[in-house]
Amino acid sequence: MRLTQGQFSFLPDLTDDEIKQQITYALNQGWAVAVESTDDPHPRNIYWDMWGTPMFDIADAAGVMMEINACRKANKGKYIKVLAFDSQKGFESVRMSFIIDRPAEEKGFELIRSEGPGRKVDYTIRSYATEKPAGARY
Amino acid sequence: MTAAPDIAQEASPETRTTVDLDALYAASNIGEILDQLDRELVGLVPVKSRIREIAALLLIDQARRQLGLATDPPSLHMSFTGNPGTGKTTVARRMAGILHRLGYIRRDHVVSVTRDDLVGQYIGHTAPKTKEALKKAMGGVLFIDEAYYLYRPENERDYGQEAIEILLQVMEDHRADLVVILAGYKDRLETFFSSNPGMGSRIAHHVDFPDFRSDELLDIAGTMVAAWHYRLSDGATAAMRDYIERRMDQPRFANARSIRNALDRARLRQANRLFAKGGILDADALQTIEEADIRASRVFAQ
Repeated sequence: MRLTQGQFSFLPDLTDDEIKQQITYALNQGWAVAVESTDDPHPRNIYWDMWGTPMFDIADAAGVMMEINACRKANKGKYIKVLAFDSQKGFESVRMSFIIDRPAEEKGFELIRSEGPGRKVDYTIRSYATEKPAGARY
Repeated sequence: MTAAPDIAQEASPETRTTVDLDALYAASNIGEILDQLDRELVGLVPVKSRIREIAALLLIDQARRQLGLATDPPSLHMSFTGNPGTGKTTVARRMAGILHRLGYIRRDHVVSVTRDDLVGQYIGHTAPKTKEALKKAMGGVLFIDEAYYLYRPENERDYGQEAIEILLQVMEDHRADLVVILAGYKDRLETFFSSNPGMGSRIAHHVDFPDFRSDELLDIAGTMVAAWHYRLSDGATAAMRDYIERRMDQPRFANARSIRNALDRARLRQANRLFAKGGILDADALQTIEEADIRASRVFAQ
């Protein structure tokens, strides 16, 4: 099951050139670009692993691509996303976020129904990937 | 975007057989850049002619692309050699602007580094530091002042060599993303290149900055004071000419930098003179550097 989180997730995977163009756009807006990765794709997992700090002092997409490639090398087969953080007063939050790398085989999610008293049903989703311990998931 | 490139792109590369160089020239505003360079930088003939050559190359490259002739982007890594105060740093800082307007680099920025910014203090410290500097410079110009300090042959455990290797690799792989300019004194930079042949051979443009002549130095003095909103009185101009002649024969003469220092001291004396006099001053008095301000220099005492 294809994970759809963030921008462009219903499009085919972005090529490196397209990623570069998106980053160039973010940098031209004055946003700081960051790279994060995870092997726990649950939509409520907001704590992806940061690849270094957000790149506040990089002016060009070529510099960010160096970091992205280093992150890809170190996190083969995991989810990797690129974020753009706007530090402008009033925003001070992430303005862009898109997945650039994903595992070859995505395991998807299980829908768990738990019955409570009075036929009440609680729903929860659980990633099949997290059956295994961190590091052995993909 | 100006109109000319749009017109130029209307026809597809396959159908085009000619290209209008004049239109390209007008669209790139190369003429304006070169004029500005001529106006603002005194002397430096070999440097200007090299910049003109590079501009021509980039323009022809653009024309070739329009006719569908494939070209690799030319390598524009440069080394600037010359005596102290001959304008190496000034030109390097301008180079980013020039290359940006010629469309060779994407960003108009210079990241200026020295050995301290590239070489680490312990094992494993150098590579991240060098990469950090390179990443910052991506898309623009990386200016390495006194590049020969990177290589210290007397200390075999020095980490400078590691920085050089990373630099070389990035200079090769990211030729379209980054222009590296090395600067330093001629003899030492030549020793550096002979002990690091990989570096020497990856740099296509070796530009030598000549020493300034005395009349050029006087021009520079004029430009400097004008930029500070001062002016030299007629007597002061004559004194400055005298000063330059004498200073050039003295040891540790550093071309434009010496002139700058001399003018700084003249400003100091002017301020002191006005302060001592007190009373009411007009704008003219505040702007003018008098002959006495320059004649008081130590150079005349000898």
